[in-house]
Order: sequence, then C-alpha cells, then structure tokens
Amino acid sequence: MTDNSLAGAQRIAAAQNGQWQPLPHISSAALRWGLNAAALIYLVLVYFSVDINWARVAQGLDRGVAFMASFFSPDFITRGGEIAIGLRESLTMTFVATVLGIALAIPVGLGAARNIAPAPVYYFCRAIIALSRTFQEIIIAILFVAMFGFGPLAGVMTLAFATIGFMAKLLAEDIEDAQRDPMEAVRATGASWLQWINYAVQPQVMPRLIGLSLYRLDINFRESAIIGIVGAGGIGATLNTSINRYDYDTSAAVLLVIIGIVLCSEYLSGYVRKWTA
Amino acid sequence: MPLMMNNKTPVWRRREPLAQRLIWLAYFLTVLLFLLCWKIVSDNTIWEFLADAHIQAASLIGRMIPPQWSISGSLLLPLWDTINIATVGTALGVLIAFPLAFLAARNTSPHPALRAFALAVIVSSRSINALIWAILLVTIVGPGLLAGMIAIALRSIGFVGKLLYEAIEEIQVTPVEAVTATGAGRMQILNYAVLPQIMPAFAGITVYRWDINIRESTVLGLVGAGGIGLQMNAAINNLAWAQVSMVFVLIFATVILSEWVSAKVRHAVI
Amino acid sequence: MLKLTGLTKRYATGDLALNDISLSVPAGQVLALIGPSGAGKSTLIRCVNRLVEPTAGAVELDGRDISKVRGGALRQARRQIGMIFQNYALVERLSVMENVLSGRLAYVGFWRSYFRKFPANDVKQAYRLLARVGLESMLDKRSDALSGGQKQRVGIARALMQNPKLLLVDEPTASLDPKTSRQIMRLICELCQEQNLATIINIHDVALAQQFVHRVVGLRAGEIVYDGSPDGLTPDILTTIYGEEDWSLTHQDSGKQSDNDQNDDVEAAIMGGHP
Repeated sequence: MTDNSLAGAQRIAAAQNGQWQPLPHISSAALRWGLNAAALIYLVLVYFSVDINWARVAQGLDRGVAFMASFFSPDFITRGGEIAIGLRESLTMTFVATVLGIALAIPVGLGAARNIAPAPVYYFCRAIIALSRTFQEIIIAILFVAMFGFGPLAGVMTLAFATIGFMAKLLAEDIEDAQRDPMEAVRATGASWLQWINYAVQPQVMPRLIGLSLYRLDINFRESAIIGIVGAGGIGATLNTSINRYDYDTSAAVLLVIIGIVLCSEYLSGYVRKWTA
Repeated sequence: MPLMMNNKTPVWRRREPLAQRLIWLAYFLTVLLFLLCWKIVSDNTIWEFLADAHIQAASLIGRMIPPQWSISGSLLLPLWDTINIATVGTALGVLIAFPLAFLAARNTSPHPALRAFALAVIVSSRSINALIWAILLVTIVGPGLLAGMIAIALRSIGFVGKLLYEAIEEIQVTPVEAVTATGAGRMQILNYAVLPQIMPAFAGITVYRWDINIRESTVLGLVGAGGIGLQMNAAINNLAWAQVSMVFVLIFATVILSEWVSAKVRHAVI
Repeated sequence: MLKLTGLTKRYATGDLALNDISLSVPAGQVLALIGPSGAGKSTLIRCVNRLVEPTAGAVELDGRDISKVRGGALRQARRQIGMIFQNYALVERLSVMENVLSGRLAYVGFWRSYFRKFPANDVKQAYRLLARVGLESMLDKRSDALSGGQKQRVGIARALMQNPKLLLVDEPTASLDPKTSRQIMRLICELCQEQNLATIINIHDVALAQQFVHRVVGLRAGEIVYDGSPDGLTPDILTTIYGEEDWSLTHQDSGKQSDNDQNDDVEAAIMGGHP
C-alpha cells in the first residue's frame, strides 16, 4: 500500500517535470518479462517442430495459383449433375437434421439449466452437451457411418447430434440468464410445470431461440459440406473428389455455391430475426 | 392485444387473426418441408443396413472399451502438434483479420469498394470449413503441420473479422468525436478513440476462436494436415478401435482444458 | 475572433437545422447559446469545428475561412478549437493522463503518439492543467473510475491542452448535479478569462447561464431570436425563445440561488473572478 502510494507520488513528481509514460498492463516486471520470454521460447519450439519442406512448398505454389485462378473460371457445367445431386442431398440433410436436432435440444436444454432442473437431470444433460460439443462433426460421422452404413442417414444423425450440443448449451445459458421475477410471479399463480415453462420461460428465450436455430441451420449446411468426405452424404464427396483430381475449376464452382448459399441464408436470417424480435 | 366482441361477449385472442394464421402457415410449411426432405433422405438410405445397426453399435463400443492406455505416450507429440496448429493458426488468422475488420466496419472503412472487398473475404472464409481448406492446402503445400496451420488461419480470418468489425461498428461515437475535434489524424483517431474501446472484445474473440481451433485442429490429420488426427486416421483404417477411443479420451481432455483456459482469460479481460 | 456569416445547415432528411446564422464572438467573451431542444444549438457548434459539415455560409477563425478546408488544413483549424462535451466523451479505458494528452494529438506525429512519447513540455502542461482542475493525483487512474464532475474536469483539461483560441462547450452540465454544475461552469468561465478565449456554451439551464456569462444568444428553430446581455432576458423574450410558459419562477429561482452562493463563504471566495 505505502509502496504503491510512494510509486504514485514519484510518477506524479516525474510528470510535473515532463516525464510520463502509461503504466504497463502487467504491473509485475518479472511476470511481464517472463511472459515475453515464454512467448519467444514457444515460437522457437514451434519453428523447429513445424519442419517446413520449402522445396515442396515452392513446387505446390503453382497449384495454389492455379486454384486461385480457377475462382475466376469456375466450371459449374462439366460435373453439373454431381454438384446438383450433392447439393440437394446436403440441403435436405441440413434441414432434417436441424429440425430433429432442435426438437431434441429443447428438452436437453431445459434439463441443463441449473435454475429449473434438479441436480441429477442437470448433470446428465450437461454430460450430453459436453460429449456432443467436444467431438468434431467429422469424428461423429465416422462412427455413425461405421454403425449405419454409407449415406445421408449417417449425415443426418451426425448433424442432429452436433445440433443438440450446440443448441442445448446456448438455450440452457439463456434460461439461466432469464429474469427471475416473472418466473417467480408465474409460479406464484399456482401454474403447473409446463404452464410455468410456457408462460414464464418461453417468452423470454423464444426470440433468441429462433435466431440461434437459423444460425445453426447455416452451420449445419457448412458442416454438411465436409461430412461427405467420410461417406456421410452431401456435397462434400463431390468437392473432395474434385480436389483430389486437381479439378480446381469444379472445386471452385462447389465452393462458390456454398458461399452463395451461406450468404443467402445470412440475409434471410437477418430478415426473420427482424420479424420475430 | 386483440379484444373482439363476439355476440356481445368479449373474446380475447393472443394475436390478431391474420398474424395467427400466418404463424400457423409457417408451422405447416416447416412440417411439409421436413417431410419432403425426410423422404429424399430416406430414398437414399439403404434401410437394410440399419437392421443390424444396434449390433454394429454394440460391437463398436465393445471394441472401444477399454481404451488402449499403453499408446498414450506415443500420442503426446501429435497432441503437441495439434495445439501448435491451433495456436499458430489462430495467431496468423488474427493478424490478417485485424486490419480487415477495420476495412469492413462501416464507421472506419476508408472506401466503400475496400469495404465490399473485406466483406467478401470475410464471408468466403467463414463459409468454408477448416477441413476443406486443409484438403486444398495439402494438395498445394504438401501434407504436414504447415497445411494445418494455414487452414486454421484461413478459417479464423472470417470468424474473427466478422465479430471484430461488428464490435467496431458498436463503439461509442462521442469519444471518437472528441478525439476528432482535437485535430487528430485518421490513424491517431483509430489509435486513441477506437482501439481502446474494442480491445476487450478483440482479446475475448481471439481466445474464443483459439478454443474452437483446438477442436478443429484435432481432425485436420484425417486429411493429412498433421496433428493427432493422423494417429486417429491410422487407427481407424486399421480398425483398431481401442486406439481410436484412446485418441478420443485425449481429445476430450484437451478440449475441456482449452475451454477452461478460454473461459478464464475471457473473464479476466472483460 | 470567430465570425459566422450566413451559416446554414440542412440535413439529408431535409430538416433545416440552421438558417442563415450570422454571429461574431470576440476573444475573451463567454457566450451562452440557449434555446429549446432541437433549436440547432448542437448543430451550430459542431458546424464550427466541422464535426457537422455546414451546407452554406462561412466560418472565419482569425479572419480565415475554415468552412471549406480539408485534410491537414482542417486538422490545423480544429486544433485551435477546443471542445467540451455533454457526456464528457472521454475514452474510458485510457488513463486520465492519456485523455488529457490526446489534446496534443494534432501537434505530434503518429508514431510519437502511438508510443505515448509526448514532448516533455506537453507532459508539463498536462500536469499543470490537471493541477489547475484539481486532479493531479489521479493522472494514472483509468478515466472510467472517475465521478461525473471529475470526468468533466478531465474533458476541460483535454480541450485546453490544445492551446485553443476558441472553446466550444456542449451542454457541460446536463449530466451533473446542481452543485457540480456550478463548479464546472465557474471553472470553465475562469479558465476562459485566464486564457482570453472566445467561448460558446450551449446550455439548457437559463438561470445558470445568466449567472456566469457575458452574452446570451437565443436560438429558435435554427434562427437567432435574441442576442444581448444576460440581464435582458425578460419573460417576454424567454417566451419568444422557448414558447409560452410561466417564467416568473425561473427568475425568482435564479435570484435565490445566487443569494445562496454569495452567502456561502467558500464559494464566494472562489467566485472572485466572476464578472
């Protein structure tokens, strides 16, 4: 305390004589230099563990340039049929999986909100969420393909499973942040549990729930473009094949289609959010 | 809201009749679309495979338990690689996203054309999953960590760029006005009035993306872009499910840890 | 010192905020701009330092028209005009000292300001100004840790850091309690006297304005409807400016308040510089 005020008095005196610099963000000099040194050491370690093969990189640069160039000459036609089928499959998978996922996420989300769920239910639902959020869609897809065989069903299951973790977590957080007064007021009227959820909780979380659903629809579509790589249907298979064939014009076409759809969905969700807000 | 007279008895409805009908129509269309999509999915599914799905699942899980703990030592180096991919990738992505966000924000963009360009870069980067970038980069720079790092960086640009430019657009205007009124130059205004306001958001977004990138970099090895995914891919190809589950355990632990770190840091800066 | 001729501002929405305003303010004069909300007070002072672009008319500072200048010349013009804001407009996450030093931004280069390496004379001046407004011990505090009155003092110090010739003050007391409002108004007026600055103060509180300023300009719907001494503000004139209302209370009120002030020994002592 006295140390601080002494240092403060010194700084004031220095400022009076025209010397002033802002206080450093980390007040302890040892910690400050320690962190800098740690960052430097980390960079050196990373540099040695990356082990870049510059010859290979130089060789690949041509392909990189070719790929960039193909964005200006995308080929939608040659493999137009495959793109169309892949796209249709991606879109249908996305929609089914989002609806299913949200339908399942609502009970899980209710169960994972500490302020309305009893402890055992809370921990069970939180475990489901943690499991679903930790593993990338592609890992889940590999497992589901092994269980259900190739095809869009494995994809639907994958995306629905991922949707549960995502939506349930955000829904639960939303419910935990909901205002307590209306919840207590409705409970005080003698409403049943379902009535209570319907009147006190639902109105508070509904607008955000709709917004998040649209956002998740968007994410699911983007994810559907990759789970095809491991055989779970969708446009990912088309994309993967074209890249492996170095058929960058088709790859660029697929990527542009994905970008276009994501853009459209963003505009659309902006409007829907305005209506429902 | 609407209170209507029906045979002189007041009848209360929650919404205007038209609004209520529109909402029903939206529900109806959603259900219709769902059934249609479900039919397409179902037509492309070989349901016979599903008959023994529960047996498949049981045997898969049976072979996964217990995980093969003995290989955990050999997984530590790939795990280190995975963390490096995420960290360096995040750093690179943030480095590019930072100036891009200032070009993309309505209130700091120097020119509408530059703004459109920055927004296009951000949306392209956001639309394409890191795994797709990785597939591409493996064919371009060859398999390995470098491809993974660049893939993570390319995906992070859009995420960080979007959240950051939204933060820039939401800053308070009055400090900007005040610093402008002193006669400060454009860069000085950014440095003194804009930057201090967005720094907490910037730090939070970066750590949040790093957390997501840890998850994403665990699977980049599936397409040859380095990290623990390489071991996972090898184990899956050998149908060594006990090794696969060991990788899962490690991924789970790492992700939980990174989420904890990220939450701590975000609490500290906000 | 400051001379406005035919200043007009029409917003993109078509609203005419200022209609052919002509006004000149000599050095050392403190002018209060009063008028109802939406009369164009804020627009007027923002047209002077071009935070708002005037549609027509000239803004002359020391005989030089600054209403059309751009780039470096505009920054040169702005640095001669200090501005104090209603909501203090401090950069909350910067320290008090950084906020005050930001008044020197137009005098130092970018890299110098980036590394906070301000010339020793600037730092000395910043210290003197902070000492003048009574905050020298707070220089390392983050400005969001200050009270409203303290923030406004920092805002005043920042404006004076520019060594301005003209001071624009936008509702300096609107967010402050009555006592702090008085102290802030007194401080501003004293500093203007000390440095012989031309000053325009936008203010809602007529009684407060009457107590401190030399000259009052009443604005209504973008036009000047009164220009004269503070004592000339009769109920009739207030009605022209603000519309029909019983003004007798305002006058009584202002009289009472200044009585109170004079009875207060400490305050009376500080009020030595009061006109």
